[in-house]
Amino acid sequence: MALAIELIGITKRFPGVVANDHVELKVEEGEIHAICGENGAGKSTLMKVLYWMLQADEGTMNVFGQEVRFASPTEAIGAGIGMVHQHFMLADQLTVLENVILGAEPVHALGLIDFDEAKDHLKKVAESYGLFIDPDDLVEELEVGERQRVEIIKVLYRGAKILILDEPTAVLVPQEVEELFRNMRDLKKDGATILFIDHKLDEVLAIADTITVLRQGQSVATVKPDQVTAQDLAELMVGSELPTPETTESTVRDEVALEVSGLTVIDQDERVIVDDVSFRVRRGEVLGIAGVEGNGQTELIEAVIGTSPAARGIVTLNGADVTRATVRHRREQGIGYIPQDRHREGLLLPAPLWENAALGHQTQQPFSKGIWMDRQGARQRTEDIRREFDVRTPDVDVPAHALSGGNQQKLIVGREMMAEPSVLLAAHPTRGIDVGAQAAVWEDIKAARRAGMATLLVSADLDELIGLSDTIVVMLRGRIVATLDPATVTPRDLGAFMTGATSAGAA
Amino acid sequence: MKAIPLWKRASLLLAAPVAALIFSILMSSIVLVLSGSSPLRAYADMFEHASRLETMIDILNRATPLYIAGVAAAIGFRMNLFNIGVEGQYLLAAIVAAHLGAMVTLTPVLHVTFIMLVAMVVGAAYSGFAGLLKVTRGVNEVISTIMLNAIAISGLVAYLVRLWQAGGAIDPGSAQQVGTTPIPESGLLPDLNVVVEGLFRELRQGKELTGVLLVAILVGVGYHVLVNRTRFGFDLRASGINPFAANVGGVPPKRMVVAAMALSGAIAGLVGLSEIMHIGFFPANPIKGLGFTGIAVALLGRNHPLGIVFAALIFAFLDVSSGVLQFTGAASREIVVIMQGVIILAAVVAYEIARRAREKEEARAAAEAMVAV
Repeated sequence: MALAIELIGITKRFPGVVANDHVELKVEEGEIHAICGENGAGKSTLMKVLYWMLQADEGTMNVFGQEVRFASPTEAIGAGIGMVHQHFMLADQLTVLENVILGAEPVHALGLIDFDEAKDHLKKVAESYGLFIDPDDLVEELEVGERQRVEIIKVLYRGAKILILDEPTAVLVPQEVEELFRNMRDLKKDGATILFIDHKLDEVLAIADTITVLRQGQSVATVKPDQVTAQDLAELMVGSELPTPETTESTVRDEVALEVSGLTVIDQDERVIVDDVSFRVRRGEVLGIAGVEGNGQTELIEAVIGTSPAARGIVTLNGADVTRATVRHRREQGIGYIPQDRHREGLLLPAPLWENAALGHQTQQPFSKGIWMDRQGARQRTEDIRREFDVRTPDVDVPAHALSGGNQQKLIVGREMMAEPSVLLAAHPTRGIDVGAQAAVWEDIKAARRAGMATLLVSADLDELIGLSDTIVVMLRGRIVATLDPATVTPRDLGAFMTGATSAGAA
Repeated sequence: MKAIPLWKRASLLLAAPVAALIFSILMSSIVLVLSGSSPLRAYADMFEHASRLETMIDILNRATPLYIAGVAAAIGFRMNLFNIGVEGQYLLAAIVAAHLGAMVTLTPVLHVTFIMLVAMVVGAAYSGFAGLLKVTRGVNEVISTIMLNAIAISGLVAYLVRLWQAGGAIDPGSAQQVGTTPIPESGLLPDLNVVVEGLFRELRQGKELTGVLLVAILVGVGYHVLVNRTRFGFDLRASGINPFAANVGGVPPKRMVVAAMALSGAIAGLVGLSEIMHIGFFPANPIKGLGFTGIAVALLGRNHPLGIVFAALIFAFLDVSSGVLQFTGAASREIVVIMQGVIILAAVVAYEIARRAREKEEARAAAEAMVAV
């Protein structure tokens, strides 16, 4: 069979690192080809090189047997290469429809944009792949999962022959993943070639025809799924056993640290986003919140930390009503927070690490004394975080943007844990970080749980949720629709509750 | 272990403004040659004059309000707020302070303090209003401060000058000047001639070094301490760098916007002091444009307390030189405006290039540390 894409000796260097080191890749026409590797293995860089967002320093790329040199992604699209990015490339102030047609607008004879034609085409594309979305919604109002759907539709709309998907399943529940995989197989039948990045090995084994493994920027192996097990793949990826999030014995105590009762959050459009939610988290307990993104988890967390107001209901922290309290008061009273998007909500990227370590704790020892910042105390504390949480950095004065994603996350986890919070709100605490950093974060949460910390955990990683939680509740359309025991529930069952396929709550 | 050696940091820091200066001198030379003047003669005249003690006093007197205006703008910039209203704030603050200052009778130190407080309160209120509009009605502060400038300068100040105009109050120095009622001696800051004359020689041509220089120094030290050493400053910078992260970090975003605008306005209120302290009243034709130039000074000085000192001195030197050029006829005085404009444009570009170079360097250092650990 002919090769759709062939990469020979692709090398891409960044200051101080070789992201791709003589990568070899052969993708046959009409196959589903998976690229596996830890974060930092060079997958995303390779994708960008394929899509010509980055120019390789060395090596050649052939598309359908022809050597190509594109100047930009626009030319790559023209050659039939479409990419769905891990970090979305959407214009927030435009509607879904406008985003999809941006740069590929159908026009009337008069030269005006033919929105009816575009909408018809969009609906056809969306329906045939089971990707439902309102074309008139503003992108800024969409949740992460919905945004990804828009990105996928965008590429399909342009009739790409070679689809590149960068971690497409990261935000989907199992049922949706199966649906996506069905669509991918359909696309393959129609002659499309799909290249996708994933580090969930069972998914890779289920869908891929060929798997290429990257490790530290090099292509270490190309295998067929029927020749390897998940364990083999994992070893190829990291060269060691995969850690698991499993907790052992229960550490749940009697005292309730966080209680939420009848909490309701209403957005600017008067829509009920969190609907009469009640739960308790005891000391030493991890309460997992499962749900497809966009079902109110984000807003629930915001109402508990205090950045968005509760329309009704009460939030009680260690016995005190904090429903109307400021964020600062709640943090001083012992709420720790690991935000879902560390760049947006977690860090001051151009500021030095020690200032980042102070963020959220700047009113407390050792970061400040009265109205004064305690620079020495803050630096000392940051050194402690660096040592205890293994943040790899030359010193605590480098700006946060110089660190890798995993190290940034370890810094955030470290600063929250060092403050010994009584309640930790952890939103996707291991999203987008490598296996090593992930295991470290799990260990940190487990250790704090043993010490009596109450944790509210929101995660799209169902294994993480099941492994870490003492109790799991499922949110659907703003309501808690099920309370489950992680000891007995499987990711499949959980997915069924999350999509509403199963609605009875098992106690 | 230090990630980046000190000399490297310093050279990255200084390379940009020095490059901007050199570039603007080159550009101005081209313009001078094109307009038929000799750049060398023009620069020689400028520097020759600047080397005189009296001219240096002029430069310091001009740099003083520019520095204060620069700090006022910088406080806004530190929080990503663009306070274009420094101009209107200082003029309004100055006239109210001059008027009220002339109304009261107080002991010397109290009297000066009173005038400064009034100026700061008026500036803070006028600027804080723009902050309030932003957080309650979502009005961009750029738009609101531009409009408030128009209201203040051609509206309120023009009206108040007439309303409060002293009946034929005449400045003993220049018989034509009219303005508000003169402030009694107890309300004026003494000049610093004693210090200059102690250090160098007697000043000729009736030159005085403004006492407001001390206020500017206090403003600079206060700005540094507030921004870099206090919790409020940390909150301010955090909100400026990343308002979302600051918000979940417990910094109330709306309150910070109002506070930063008010503080910026309070400092802006002090800009007009050097004029009213010098002539003793608010004149019908006050010096204008200090607020706008202050924004440029803050940009060139990178919002840094010391950087703004140099920027203010450069701008003051150029301002004073424009008079010199007109006087000697070496070149058109407008060349100075061109130089100021080119410096700012070149500085913005150069700072961006330097920022990218620094980020690359930092990323490389951090990557090396990863490998080394």
